[in-house]
Amino acid sequence: MTDAFLRIENLAKNFGNFTALRNISLSVLEGEFVCFLGPSGCGKTTLLRAIAGLDIQTQGRIEQAGIDISILPPAERDFGIVFQSYALFPNLTVEKNVAYGLESRRAARSEVIGRVKELLALVDLADQGKKYPSQLSGGQQQRVALARALATSPGLLLLDEPLSALDAKVRTHLRQEIKHLQRRLAVTTIMVTHDQEEALTMADRIVVMNHGSIEQIGSPEDIYAAPASEFVAQFIGTMNFINVVVESANQGKHPGGFVKFSPDNLRQGESARLAIRPEDVEILNKKDEQNTDQVLGKVVSTEYLGAFLRVTIAPEGWESTLLADISTDIAVRFVIEAGGDVGFRLPPEKILAYQENK
Amino acid sequence: MAATEVQVSDKASPLKAKSSSDDKLMRLFILVIGAYLVVALAMPLYVMLSKSVLNSDGGFVGLLNYFAYFKTPSLVYSIKNSLFVGLVTTVITVSIAFVLAYGFTRSRMPGKPIFKTIAMIPILVPSLLPGIALIYLFGRQGIINWALFGHEIYGPIGIIISEVFFTLPHALIIIITALSIADARLYEAATALRASSTRIFFTVTLPGVRYGLISAGFVVFTLAVTDFGAPKVIGGDFNVLATDIYKQVIGQQNFEMGAVVSVVLLIPAALAFFVDRLVQKKQVALLSSRAVALEPKPSRRFDNGMLAYALVVSFFILGILGMCQFAALFKFFPYNLSLGLSNYQFDLMDGGGWDSYFNSIEMASYTAVFGTIIVFYGAYLVEKGKGLGVIRGAFQFLAMLPMAVPGLVLGLAYIFFFNMPTNPLNVLYHTMAILVISTITHFYTVSHLTATTALKQMDAQFESVAASLKQPFYRTFVRVTVPVCTPAILDISIYLFVNAMTTVSAVVFLYSPHTTLASVAVLNMDDAGDIAPAAAMGMMIFYTAAGVKILHYFLSRGIEAKTQAWRRSSDN
Repeated sequence: MTDAFLRIENLAKNFGNFTALRNISLSVLEGEFVCFLGPSGCGKTTLLRAIAGLDIQTQGRIEQAGIDISILPPAERDFGIVFQSYALFPNLTVEKNVAYGLESRRAARSEVIGRVKELLALVDLADQGKKYPSQLSGGQQQRVALARALATSPGLLLLDEPLSALDAKVRTHLRQEIKHLQRRLAVTTIMVTHDQEEALTMADRIVVMNHGSIEQIGSPEDIYAAPASEFVAQFIGTMNFINVVVESANQGKHPGGFVKFSPDNLRQGESARLAIRPEDVEILNKKDEQNTDQVLGKVVSTEYLGAFLRVTIAPEGWESTLLADISTDIAVRFVIEAGGDVGFRLPPEKILAYQENK
Repeated sequence: MAATEVQVSDKASPLKAKSSSDDKLMRLFILVIGAYLVVALAMPLYVMLSKSVLNSDGGFVGLLNYFAYFKTPSLVYSIKNSLFVGLVTTVITVSIAFVLAYGFTRSRMPGKPIFKTIAMIPILVPSLLPGIALIYLFGRQGIINWALFGHEIYGPIGIIISEVFFTLPHALIIIITALSIADARLYEAATALRASSTRIFFTVTLPGVRYGLISAGFVVFTLAVTDFGAPKVIGGDFNVLATDIYKQVIGQQNFEMGAVVSVVLLIPAALAFFVDRLVQKKQVALLSSRAVALEPKPSRRFDNGMLAYALVVSFFILGILGMCQFAALFKFFPYNLSLGLSNYQFDLMDGGGWDSYFNSIEMASYTAVFGTIIVFYGAYLVEKGKGLGVIRGAFQFLAMLPMAVPGLVLGLAYIFFFNMPTNPLNVLYHTMAILVISTITHFYTVSHLTATTALKQMDAQFESVAASLKQPFYRTFVRVTVPVCTPAILDISIYLFVNAMTTVSAVVFLYSPHTTLASVAVLNMDDAGDIAPAAAMGMMIFYTAAGVKILHYFLSRGIEAKTQAWRRSSDN
């Protein structure tokens, strides 16, 4: 981590008595795409604004490209920024918006024009230069904002919920486009989002935040498959939780019976929360009684979600229901329908165990 | 850099951002404009307040002046009179304005734009003018004075009619706004629940506009209580606080007592102002909800009724205005009613002649130009500046203060402050500059609010983007902020111009023989008994203000066509 492009050390931010950020330390590598992900109010935007110098942190140090920028005003830092609201200057044409950061840099006019053309081509808006922002769609406007932010070739690109104001379809499309652009230009990028799908598909690394602290930093795969905390497990994707008391190193007891899990550092007698994703729940043939792991239950309801079926199961004797995602094929084969019986098992290697929150 | 090693364990002092050159420049500018407000508003008011506890030799006498004031029955009686005029005017004006606004927003009566324009006319005339018309209509030799059944127009009746005329547009604007934010869905829900139209009116309509009505009430009350023009012209022996100040200062040269009455007048005005601010905050909260606009359905009886009502109100306004015009043209009322322009020979009368008319135009132009620059730039700095939180808060307070200060009080405060021999600024005394400064300050609040509203509607991230692109703030100000806010800037300039043309209250204490003003000339000619020329000059003010307003309308349409092309495209 010695060659980190952006290094944040022990950052804290207070608004009066309210602690918005505490003890934030992280590094971003050159060319990396990092997402700050978390629910609203988790401090992700506050952190981005501290990096931009728009709202300076109360404590802590930020270093970019080896230079301490902790207390520098925005104009003395090196970044481009795109906001959710686009923040395009409404009275300037698309071209002039993109050229805004170039013009006063004593660049030759022809040079500016050339650069604007290049940028507009980059975001696929080559023929829209003479229009005003209000004449473009939301997605197009956001691409103009992106071109404007990239115009001065900043070392760091900051994206503050750039896709949140757009329609679902446009959002998916622009997601890929931004990602490709970022790869191509290899510009170090930090994006703030509350949309986990966005983070999972775009980021090289995700920083999951909650209540002003970092919960986990990791690759999308890590975050999804091995959530470091119960919060992350719950926040990313869908997760079933089962409250148990730890019986032995790999078994928990709850009113409905026993659940096996892969060994973890939980102590005997401790309360724990076991977690399993709906797609990891294995539906069994009810008649297959040899399988000792089999749990029986009733199907409460089924929800058709296109590619798969989400089944709500009330296992016999359990305190809570369980979600299982199954293919329509299995649903037909095992006759899964509301009111019917169902058998399933929870593969121990897919179960995550967390200490009960105090 | 010495401060590079920031240790976490050291929780003592929070980090301080390094100021950019932009920040420093903006701070400098806000201090400059803040200094303007301190010199043009805070210090004069302070000097005036302190004068009220000094004797004529400058010795401290505590509340002795106030005791003297409250021991003079004729003066104390004015408090009652002022409150009476204020309350009755408020009730009448708000009632008339509410029904009219209701017609404009909830009926399909024809000719709405014309009636709205007519209803705005009183803004374009000095408050002295309706009084003059009333004298011609209901005075001792008035054309229809039988209509008063022997009552005297000089006194509360005349003042109240004048004040209703004068305050109607102000109430109307507020109530129309309140009524137009109604949510159609509420009405649909009420209708679906089979509520009668009366019940809908009392359960949906009235609660929806209650803040607007309260706000309009306070605005009208303040205007009526602090107005000086109407009671001066048609008050007769009926004294009110505003005329008392004038009489104490101009008539008896008793400046200390003038200061005492000013403080007394300041109290209801300031109180009404602060209550109004509280109420308006709630109104804004109503506004921000997502409402579906209400489209009134045609109803022949209701629409015709509203049309008839609008005709009556328009007749009242045009009648007063028309009477003034005829008063100006009659050769010698009531003996020779043939028409002529002899009353326009202002140079033959007291009051400054035609010079005062041209002085007014000059003064109004300066006020519009410099006022707009100061107000808009000040509002920009308060909104967009960083740091100096306390000073920006104080700036905001000072910008709101003029609304609570009656013009006469401000004018008197200027006499005290700018006439002090020890004040280096006393070179301004008796100049055009002091008239311009007092007028800008007097009308600062509404202009400031217009600018602030426009600035708040802009994306708050423009400045952040500009900073990330390393552009100095003034470039964004010139290239983006000003063009985007052009409509508001034009509104401010025309507001300042029209008010500078019509105002009497602050400037009446401040003009000199070289800087007489048209509105003051109306007052002085009326005082000298030259009522017809006073009416003629008053109408000149009206035509000028109206002409400039029309010019402004076409000009802003032209400018908008040029600079606001981006705005239109968003409509479709």
